[in-house]
Amino acid sequence: MSSELIERDIDAYLAAHERKSLLRFITCGSVDDGKSTLIGRLLYESQMLFEDQVAALEADSKRLGTQGEELDFALLLDGLAAEREQGITIDVAYRFFSTDTRKYIVADTPGHEQYTRNMVTGASTADCALILLDARKGVLTQTRRHSYLVWLLGIRHVAVAVNKMDLVEFSEERFREIERQYGDFAKQLGLADFTLIPVSALRGDNVVERSGAMPWYGGPTLMEYLESVEIDQERMQDAPFRLPVQWVNRPSSDFRGFAGTVAGGQVAPGDRVVVLPAGRETTVGRVVAFEGDLDRGVAGQAVTLTLADEIDVSRGDVIAAADAPAPVSQQFEATVVWMAEEPLLRGRTYLMRVGTQTVPATVAPIRYKLDVDTLDQIAATQLDLNEIGVVQVELGQPVAFDPYVENRDTGGFILIDRITNHTVGAGLLGRALMRSENVRLQELEVDREARAGLKAQRPFVIWLTGLPGAGKSSVANALESRLFADGRHTVLLDGANLRRGLSKDLSFTDADRAENNRRAGEVARLMTDAGLIVIAAFVSPFRADRETARSLFDEGEFVEVFVDLPAELAVQRDTTGLYAKAQTGGVINLTGVDSTYEPPEEPDLRLDMTELDIEAAADRVLALLHERNLLS
Amino acid sequence: MTLTHLERLEAEAIDIMREVVAVAENPVMLYSIGKDSSVMLRLAEKAFWPAPPPFPFLHVDTTWKFQDMYAFRKRMAEEHGLDLLVHVNEEGVARGINPFDSGSVVHTDVMKTEALKQALDKYGFDAAFGGARRDEEKSRAKERIFSFRTAQHRWDPKNQRPELWRLYNARHRRGESIRVFPLSNWTELDVWLYIHREEIPIVPLYFAAERPVVDRDGTWIMVDDDRMPLEPGEEPQLKRVRFRTLGCYPLSGAIESEADTLPRIIQEMLLARTSERQGRVIDYDEAASMEKKKVEGYF
Repeated sequence: MSSELIERDIDAYLAAHERKSLLRFITCGSVDDGKSTLIGRLLYESQMLFEDQVAALEADSKRLGTQGEELDFALLLDGLAAEREQGITIDVAYRFFSTDTRKYIVADTPGHEQYTRNMVTGASTADCALILLDARKGVLTQTRRHSYLVWLLGIRHVAVAVNKMDLVEFSEERFREIERQYGDFAKQLGLADFTLIPVSALRGDNVVERSGAMPWYGGPTLMEYLESVEIDQERMQDAPFRLPVQWVNRPSSDFRGFAGTVAGGQVAPGDRVVVLPAGRETTVGRVVAFEGDLDRGVAGQAVTLTLADEIDVSRGDVIAAADAPAPVSQQFEATVVWMAEEPLLRGRTYLMRVGTQTVPATVAPIRYKLDVDTLDQIAATQLDLNEIGVVQVELGQPVAFDPYVENRDTGGFILIDRITNHTVGAGLLGRALMRSENVRLQELEVDREARAGLKAQRPFVIWLTGLPGAGKSSVANALESRLFADGRHTVLLDGANLRRGLSKDLSFTDADRAENNRRAGEVARLMTDAGLIVIAAFVSPFRADRETARSLFDEGEFVEVFVDLPAELAVQRDTTGLYAKAQTGGVINLTGVDSTYEPPEEPDLRLDMTELDIEAAADRVLALLHERNLLS
Repeated sequence: MTLTHLERLEAEAIDIMREVVAVAENPVMLYSIGKDSSVMLRLAEKAFWPAPPPFPFLHVDTTWKFQDMYAFRKRMAEEHGLDLLVHVNEEGVARGINPFDSGSVVHTDVMKTEALKQALDKYGFDAAFGGARRDEEKSRAKERIFSFRTAQHRWDPKNQRPELWRLYNARHRRGESIRVFPLSNWTELDVWLYIHREEIPIVPLYFAAERPVVDRDGTWIMVDDDRMPLEPGEEPQLKRVRFRTLGCYPLSGAIESEADTLPRIIQEMLLARTSERQGRVIDYDEAASMEKKKVEGYF
């Protein structure tokens, strides 16, 4: 800050400072990376500390500091440890400093516990992120984790401060190595704009002042970076116009205004707009303000609009550009960050706050959760504290929204527990789901385990595949008789029978065969849900379709048995008479004749029907089932 | 078009105020007469324009404010047509609580903290706006914008909610209340710059003038009325002083100053570089006491 100007011409100083812009950024890193020292130095060097605070810092540095005679900037930010002991929830601490051109709001998140929840909270309002790493350690799992969360929250600009350069002799080689490491990872993540800056927070190198110890570095200092990085709100002015209506202003019968903060784009009197989700179009009348009407309102401004027509508008509606309206949907794919001790459970209903709307929201299937360190997708039925998952959400009513990647204000949401009123999760809306794939799964009181338990058995599927006439149905019959005699609850699904009923609308084209196979798999799945042992005998000629059927079941629940009889022998034996018909042109698309059969590459069991008779084949299958403990 | 930092801070505060009005049943704005309250009043006028602010203003009066403050309060209420409520803890008055004999801690506790709880209960307010800022003290840096209180007005540290984007969750059960701080992200300099830009009226005590003061433990205390106990033979001195924060006059330290215009006040603040809270006698009584006061319900 220019103290010289303050003394000489306070009016000029005031005029300049009233025109400053505002940048919000988040710092990521642990105390060990020197984060507190770095923030402390930014505050100190931008002269945001008062004399009494500096005096306290000097005293504390002598008493508690780790830097000998030097100031220990980390002490400016202390207190978190004490608070943790007191059991106070610390999520994000906000610090402020200012230069002649910008005011900065720093979201400082404690590094260790609760990092996901805290970082997501801090990142949600940040224009850019400052990720710290220790030059000696390079890119660690923690760095990747921080970068991923920053990327997830839609922060487009990332500065990586490679700190403690003094401890690696200000080595360019070391810095370039880290730059390569990080570049590879950023590419994998899809992070386009990142800048690595070699610094020593302790000594101040490349923080505000350019370092004399690293003449090889030609990039910006940390402060130069912060002074020039793009501010999100400016970018959002070019987005389509969005105004989530926050409050309807109705002081008298002759004024009705719609108040809210512009979430995207710009608005001016005369603009055509549409009120969503209802979809009524109208024209903007005035942009009303205390100082007098405005020519326009832009993203980030809190405005009040009047509309030309008397149409129904209430809190929660979105006024949007008529030529670029926000999509409206009731079902979404969304990424959820869970923030409560009590886990997120599928099928439970929460309240979702999105824009200015609050609606009931039910989480349908959790598609997967993410390992934040490896970015691996893991199957999950619940999300625990600090876990991130991709889920389907169904709302109690349709809402206007934008995918989060396009607009953070109309695409971000929080989930609220209906009983405690606590904020239990935060999320990012993805695409709207409109198709039948999203008929929400009905949660059932009695589940498959319960049904199977009553029958004292484990449900599973024996899937017999092979050419027509190979002996599938015969083996299936023999097998079912044995199981039945043993007191097992079974059902036999035979391809021929299915085609007389459920699939009688299908022909024998490849597409219809695939569909028949899909139906067979789904029916088998329902039957196992009923607790039954399913014996399925289907030609099922295509590998991919059999794999689709397999994917409906848990590991070990789907036993693929290849009833193997070479085509010549099948034709020769022709137990079904189909091959004879095919010879005379009575059947087309017969597998093994003019339609292909893809034999399994790794079946659970292969029955060589050139050697085995039907009973022996059934014996083999039973032996396998015992071997796998499926009948215990 | 780049919005300036003041425009963005203003938009954020307005957004917060509208949000509370949309969801709370019975909101109130705490009005302390100080410069932060002046800014809050202006923001409230802007947020709901052309409607008047759709809530009353509450002054918790300890009966020990400066005379200039009472005059200013009267003027503001008249000029802005405020629905102004004044609450005094009459029980405290009857007990003779005062800053001199009771000490600043007891006085503040009874006449301010207790009085505030009484008023909130009396009127059944479920949301109260306050002008506190995160830059005021180290422990406030992590304070939420929406702060939840139990039916007993206790701040439950484990029951505070993460705040993401602009999605505030103000839901609360009947009996519970929220304190809301629209100026959370403002600094002292921002407040002054905004007052300057918007030409917002403030109490004259912020400007330097000749005032009668006495020295109390190295702090200049103004003799604002005849309740100020003087040592035998002690005569108040006339000094050119002003106040950086205003509260109960016996608890507000004056600084010697020549700054009699807004630019000069800001200039002096920037050059003097001591933090605002230094003038608040209350902070010295108990170290790290803010956290404790907050748990008890101090604003």
